[in-house]
Amino acid sequence: MAGQAAPAGTGRLAALGAWIDERFPMTKLWKEHVSEYYAPKNFNFWYYFGSIALFVLVLQIVTGIFLTMSYKPSATEAFGSVEYIMRDVEWGWLIRYLHSTGASAFFIAVYLHMFRALLYGSHRKPRELLWIFGVLIFLALMAEAFFGYLLPWGNMSYWGAQVIVSLFGTFPVIGDALIEWIRGDYFISDITLNRFFALHVVALPLVLIFLVVAHILALHEVGSNNPDGIEIKKTKGGDGHPLDGIPFHPYYTVKDLFGLSVFLVLFAAVLFFAPEFGGLFLEAPNFEPANPLLTPEHIAPVWYFTPYYAILRAVPAFAGTQVWGVLVLFAAVFILFFVPWLDKAPVKSIRYRGPIYKVALMVFAANFIMLGYCGLKPVVQPFKTLSVIGTIIYFGFFLAMPWYSRIDRFKPEPARVTS
Amino acid sequence: MRSIGALLVLLAAVPATAPAATEGFPLQDAHTDVSSLASLQRGARNFVNYCLGCHSAKYMRYSQVAEDLALTEEELRENLMFTGTRIYDAMESAMPADKAREWFGNAPPDLSLMARSRGVDYLYTFLRSFYEDPSRPTGANNAVLPQTAMPNVLASLQGMQRARFEKTVDEEGKETVHLVALDPGIPGEMPAPAFDSFVRDTVAFLEYVAEPAKAQRKALGVWVILFLLMFTTFSYFLYKEYWKDVK
Repeated sequence: MAGQAAPAGTGRLAALGAWIDERFPMTKLWKEHVSEYYAPKNFNFWYYFGSIALFVLVLQIVTGIFLTMSYKPSATEAFGSVEYIMRDVEWGWLIRYLHSTGASAFFIAVYLHMFRALLYGSHRKPRELLWIFGVLIFLALMAEAFFGYLLPWGNMSYWGAQVIVSLFGTFPVIGDALIEWIRGDYFISDITLNRFFALHVVALPLVLIFLVVAHILALHEVGSNNPDGIEIKKTKGGDGHPLDGIPFHPYYTVKDLFGLSVFLVLFAAVLFFAPEFGGLFLEAPNFEPANPLLTPEHIAPVWYFTPYYAILRAVPAFAGTQVWGVLVLFAAVFILFFVPWLDKAPVKSIRYRGPIYKVALMVFAANFIMLGYCGLKPVVQPFKTLSVIGTIIYFGFFLAMPWYSRIDRFKPEPARVTS
Repeated sequence: MRSIGALLVLLAAVPATAPAATEGFPLQDAHTDVSSLASLQRGARNFVNYCLGCHSAKYMRYSQVAEDLALTEEELRENLMFTGTRIYDAMESAMPADKAREWFGNAPPDLSLMARSRGVDYLYTFLRSFYEDPSRPTGANNAVLPQTAMPNVLASLQGMQRARFEKTVDEEGKETVHLVALDPGIPGEMPAPAFDSFVRDTVAFLEYVAEPAKAQRKALGVWVILFLLMFTTFSYFLYKEYWKDVK
């Protein structure tokens, strides 16, 4: 259309494109990954969160760059510089709220994205490596969020970091040396703040970008899974493209644009009307500067860590050491790497699995939310007992999977995707 | 507006088993409105007259207050600024910190972010809950923050309340004393409703100081969401248009 209107301009543009293509695979990359990447046509609601997570990553990087221009990574100036951003920097409050709300949005998107994989078996062969890159992204994201949380240098930042760093002190023999090495000091100090800043703004973003690229390359190599859990590449048309596949662009670019705009409405509602989100996204004690002499009444990590925090606290000290809780905490994350091999079902999608997996997955999801709630609460009853039960269910879901995923009642998979 | 009478009714309704006044003194809803310029202007005047003598708001600049509260530079200078301060200065207290520590035991905290770290309801209830207590060096105590070092600076306006205590004996025969209510004692210059709105304005100003962009944030948010809803509508039809041929 534009070509017919301005043939001369297009001609010159096409010449430029050809000039680049001789030297760089621009058109080739565009075709391979966008305009001729064939994705199943039956993606549903759960398939929006990958592109939303990618959008939030870009948002965090861009807002992060602008925050870095005015933030001062120093124990004496950090807290004040955040207030300077909130008050004196043009639109600084907006940039900061975009970043703080974005952090929580990132985890919401990633948790839902991971849940989608468990629903439709997106981690199953041949997508094991794709899933492993995903779990690595999740790990890097947790580290990124943890380091970033110290930077405002509020009192909850300080004591939250204190609690998490001290976990490493529970390791026998090397514990004390290890926390000293992490902090670079005998306590959380200016030195700790500076290195966390370096890790937050340089090291982990690089790792994240690298992993996201690897994640997408792996996805495009094997092709996307879909709600039916069948391989669309098995039935190809005369043109060599899957019959149930449609080009990512324009079909999924416009569909994801719609999904993204719905997400943005909700995101803006939080950002403009409840940026603290009732103390879940920005906590009240963090509006007081870090004070090594004043412990907040109740220290809880930000909501996205609380399921794992509850697991940590559910494990009792044993043989004179707390290290077991820490080991169980690490195990709770590392077990995710093995899910592709723990799942023995002959079909991928929940649509063709029996009641056992359906119940197990729903219980697991509800249990994860319950653990998150327990992690926000002080260690009192009934949360103590609930955390223990929750931890058992969390591990039970994965460890018993090789058994219960096999004995389920299965329905036959269709040859072609259903709508 | 809630009068002391209503407060008393509310307090009387608190069952005797409620925790002692030291913690969990029920907070009243502050009902502040940061979008009301008149309330913020009155609050700013109250803050400068009654708080700034001891407390700073060091992240807040006078110039920003003038801009956001629609005050001219002249109005700002005459009503809100101490002599010797410049309009781009932060709202620093006139009291030196080391002297403050000497006089009160600890330096009065900076109030820039108090409304966000403690909440407006806390501040509102705190400022209305001083009562006479001769055992304290300042002659006053507070139901929300017991043993506070802060004197009852608003006593001339509110008067001096008296606390009503009740003794309860638990099953083991242990006696505990609870603060159950604050009764009007010596009257002040202001009737209770006027004093409540005085405190409400002051707390509203502190709420503004804690986040100067708050009113702007909410006003802008409406437009952003309206735009995004429109954008969502367009993107929905674009999506449906493209997907017509997907069978």
